[in-house]
Amino acid sequence: MITKRIIPCLDVKNGRVVKGVNFEGLSDVSSPVELGRYYSECGADELVFYDITASAEGRALFTDILREVAKTIFIPLTVGGGINTLDDFDRVLKCGADKVSVNSGAIRNPELITEAAKKYGDQCVVISADVKRVDGVFRVFAKGGRENTGMEAISWIKSCVERGAGEVVLNSIDTDGVKGGFDLEMLKAVSDVVNVPVIASGGAGKIDDFVELFNTLPKVDAGLAASIFHFGEVRIPDLKKVLRDNNINVRL
Amino acid sequence: MIGIIDYGVGNLFSLKSSFEAIGEEVFVSGNKLELREADGLILPGVGAFEDAIAKLKENKLDEFVKEEAAKGKPLMGICLGMQLLFEKSFEYGEHEGLGLLNGQVVPMLHSIPAELKIPHIGWNALHITKECPLFEKLGKDNCVYFVHSYYAEGCDDSLCATTEYGKELTAAVFKDNVYGCQFHPEKSGEVGMKILSSFSALCK
Repeated sequence: MITKRIIPCLDVKNGRVVKGVNFEGLSDVSSPVELGRYYSECGADELVFYDITASAEGRALFTDILREVAKTIFIPLTVGGGINTLDDFDRVLKCGADKVSVNSGAIRNPELITEAAKKYGDQCVVISADVKRVDGVFRVFAKGGRENTGMEAISWIKSCVERGAGEVVLNSIDTDGVKGGFDLEMLKAVSDVVNVPVIASGGAGKIDDFVELFNTLPKVDAGLAASIFHFGEVRIPDLKKVLRDNNINVRL
Repeated sequence: MIGIIDYGVGNLFSLKSSFEAIGEEVFVSGNKLELREADGLILPGVGAFEDAIAKLKENKLDEFVKEEAAKGKPLMGICLGMQLLFEKSFEYGEHEGLGLLNGQVVPMLHSIPAELKIPHIGWNALHITKECPLFEKLGKDNCVYFVHSYYAEGCDDSLCATTEYGKELTAAVFKDNVYGCQFHPEKSGEVGMKILSSFSALCK
């Protein structure tokens, strides 16, 4: 059977990984290439590079870096951040990305999903949604979680999948950074209505949070995290070993 | 030297980089004269079968691939490139393939349990069913990366590996000098690199 995926997410700004990381044996902890290789060697199943650069120069630098990463790391790469047009898809796919994640760009123009899925295939288009409870309703937030769009999240995500998104990254703003575990209630609500892979994001603080995620919600396909991997609080080989000990199928 | 056949389907950047990373000389071309000089050929492909076979035919690359395979040159199809090696495909209609291997390509839909997601995307275990030169460097547990909605059946004579997704699906095939992987070795980490390196060794 297909394995559950563990995905580290790297935020890249002006060609460097931000959110200081601290690993032994890495000469340059903010090099996307070095960090990508590190994660790939310790068993990450996929890497997400998120471009948080604002300037055009930074974007060009990002594509150079991506090309370097794709030349050295042979696992699937997903790229997000600043994807607003088909040209943006084209730009990152040509540099070796396998999947492209859209967020605010799809909120502004949902047709982007339809067009990209038609051109590159459903498997290439990932809808990433930042979701938060507002008065008991799941709402979609835009602009990195700063702006409430007022849209109801579950129906929004469902509509994105109907338009051709082949995968969903669900980031719970409510649990993000709290390190108290994934947002199981929100994840269940989404995985009940879509038939494409769902990637849980936001809230992982320890190994047991991943065990709980996959045991409680067998329909969730992957767990994504950033700082707990970057700061070494959770090491991927340890995590995968515990998952396997709990009869959760992972690639070792 | 390995030649990657470029017929306008999909992105060949990672495939080319993966051969470079294992120190193999590789080039990407749609030109028959150039490709004829290669010691081994890779037939890549993503997207739809009908579109891919039409594009191969546009440049008469279908005939070229068959000729080169008949000469005994190592040929490896990857993903849709593997599917093209078979007699026909039932992806949106019925389309003739290259016919280098016995078998046909059929949809997963309705042939695997309904609760399983399609496409089959992700890392899955390779079950080796027959010795194959491509697997010579592999150890015991091997996961590889799949992205597909159709699979090959009726290919028992060439089948050398399967993967379990509701049922045992064709993962790799080979017959004489013609090889095929449904998964993406260029995205399958160390295991994938070993497979590419074994293919390269066959081309020397």
